[in-house]
Amino acid sequence: MYRTADGEEIFVIDGHTHFWDASPANQKNIHGKQFIECFYAYHSNLSPPSEKWPLEKFEKYDAKTMYNDLFVAGYDDMAILQPTYLGDFYKNGFNTTERNSAMKKSHPDRFILNGAFDPRDGNKGLEHLHELAEKHKIKGVKLYTAEWRGESKGYKLTDKDSYLFLEVAQKLGVKNVHVHKGPTIIPLNLDAFDVADVDDVATSFQDLNFIVEHCGLPRLDDFCWIATQETNVYGGLAVALPFIHSRPGYFGHVISELLFWLGPDKLLFGSDYGIWTPKWLIDKFMAYEIPEAESKETGSVLTLETKKKILGLNAARLYGVDVEAQKQKIRAAGGYDHLAASAQAAE
Amino acid sequence: MGLHAAGPDDELQARRRQVWACLDGVMDPELDESVTELNFVTKADVDANNRVHIGFRLPTYWCAANFSFLMADDMRKAVGALPWVEGVEVVLGEHMYADKINAGLAKGLSFQDTFGEEADGGVEEVRRTFLVKAFQRRQSALLSHLLAAGHLSETLIAMTIRELETVPLDAEGAKLVRRYLDRRGVMGPLRPDARAFVTAEGAKLNSETLSRYLSSIRRVGINAEFNGALCRGLLAARFDLDTPLKTRSRTVEESTSP
Repeated sequence: MYRTADGEEIFVIDGHTHFWDASPANQKNIHGKQFIECFYAYHSNLSPPSEKWPLEKFEKYDAKTMYNDLFVAGYDDMAILQPTYLGDFYKNGFNTTERNSAMKKSHPDRFILNGAFDPRDGNKGLEHLHELAEKHKIKGVKLYTAEWRGESKGYKLTDKDSYLFLEVAQKLGVKNVHVHKGPTIIPLNLDAFDVADVDDVATSFQDLNFIVEHCGLPRLDDFCWIATQETNVYGGLAVALPFIHSRPGYFGHVISELLFWLGPDKLLFGSDYGIWTPKWLIDKFMAYEIPEAESKETGSVLTLETKKKILGLNAARLYGVDVEAQKQKIRAAGGYDHLAASAQAAE
Repeated sequence: MGLHAAGPDDELQARRRQVWACLDGVMDPELDESVTELNFVTKADVDANNRVHIGFRLPTYWCAANFSFLMADDMRKAVGALPWVEGVEVVLGEHMYADKINAGLAKGLSFQDTFGEEADGGVEEVRRTFLVKAFQRRQSALLSHLLAAGHLSETLIAMTIRELETVPLDAEGAKLVRRYLDRRGVMGPLRPDARAFVTAEGAKLNSETLSRYLSSIRRVGINAEFNGALCRGLLAARFDLDTPLKTRSRTVEESTSP
């Protein structure tokens, strides 16, 4: 919960969080080492110095640390757990639904558990998707299209098997498809970050929502174009938002373009925890105004209403969260006790 | 500098400068910035047999294979075009496809032959896509500059390449013109009487809708800038950037420029 200076309460749903284990003990090979080091480079490069973690903590943090960073020190009310398996790089996987589900079990009102599927898993994968829907009642999946699988170095949403999985997801009411583009889709000669396949499936699956993580970066321009055409394409702000600290001018460019092309109802906040922590991101975001030159160009303004939508209301709509009822639940379970304590301390 | 005759050392220095100058002209296709500006090149040595040894690195282990290969291949070709060069070795370090790319480069293979089944064609399509983006980005920067300097939309849309070359401009504007014309050829031959400004489809611009057109291509530039910032940051987080050779080469250039 974020409180403005006027005491207004802003409900925050963190659209992208991870509970990973990338410790050397779990690394299968050099790729596992390089994968977490690449994340760590994002972390160290874009975090304010005071928020930087040592590599060891970054490789593996415990559940308590995560809870505290998100819901006590941070302003999150809820967080979506997005799995990334990476079975070729990590012995027990990087950040699996199974690992995340323990987190969800400990704090059922705080977490939204998403699943994942990989069209290359065939029938077994389809069975698993059914199981996830039955057992965990998942409403969303995260797809990492660049995941290595033996000889295969990724897949496209337009592959025949992807269609099969998306049809099943639609039937099961798994409505929210978070798409994360990575660098190694075969064939290697084409642009692996190309978001055109999202355009295709968004047209074909009108009952699904496609949330393109980090707004298609590094293909922001193509993403804006697609998201303007398709009513069911959304942008996740993870990776774009941290620039608010290191390069606020660039962030101004990006957010004003996104607001211009997509509008305020189609952007979702995400910290990408543990790459970044929500506290500083939200503090900076709440204090941020789009520079005047930028606003003049695009007409985009970050009003309080828009900020509320981005921080929580849009995700609440996609995931069917009744904000008031959820606040009651969290409050009843003592989830806001620390706010009362800090308010008292301030008096 | 003294008046002594040019010795072998001076000649070697001159050759090194030529190599760096060639590399300055090689762009990261995605960022549309020079591989030397981006600090990707770690080494560019000339040995006693006039063979050139180039080392380079990228912001992440995962940087796309196609762009990584394109840059290496462009470096090899650019430096290989110097008349005295007897051979060019380009080596990529710390990358998921380093072994494959380095082996392909050493044998002078094409992208397709380097990657075999993992590729289903050359990289020309993706190269073209990003050349067009670079064209749009440079055009957007130049048009914005010219409009801000008081040039009218009507004049600009009708301007020929020859006229653009002779527009009196400040240093910044002149640089933007040079950069733009370097990519104008992507849209067809650089005939002096051809229109200076056309869309990526080769169509002429309309003065009434120019500002809308500019906002639409502006995204391309923002994207590249954003990626450039990200890549610089990631490179800095990954490597110690105080590459001695690079620094030395800059000093050499500065001290000998007129």
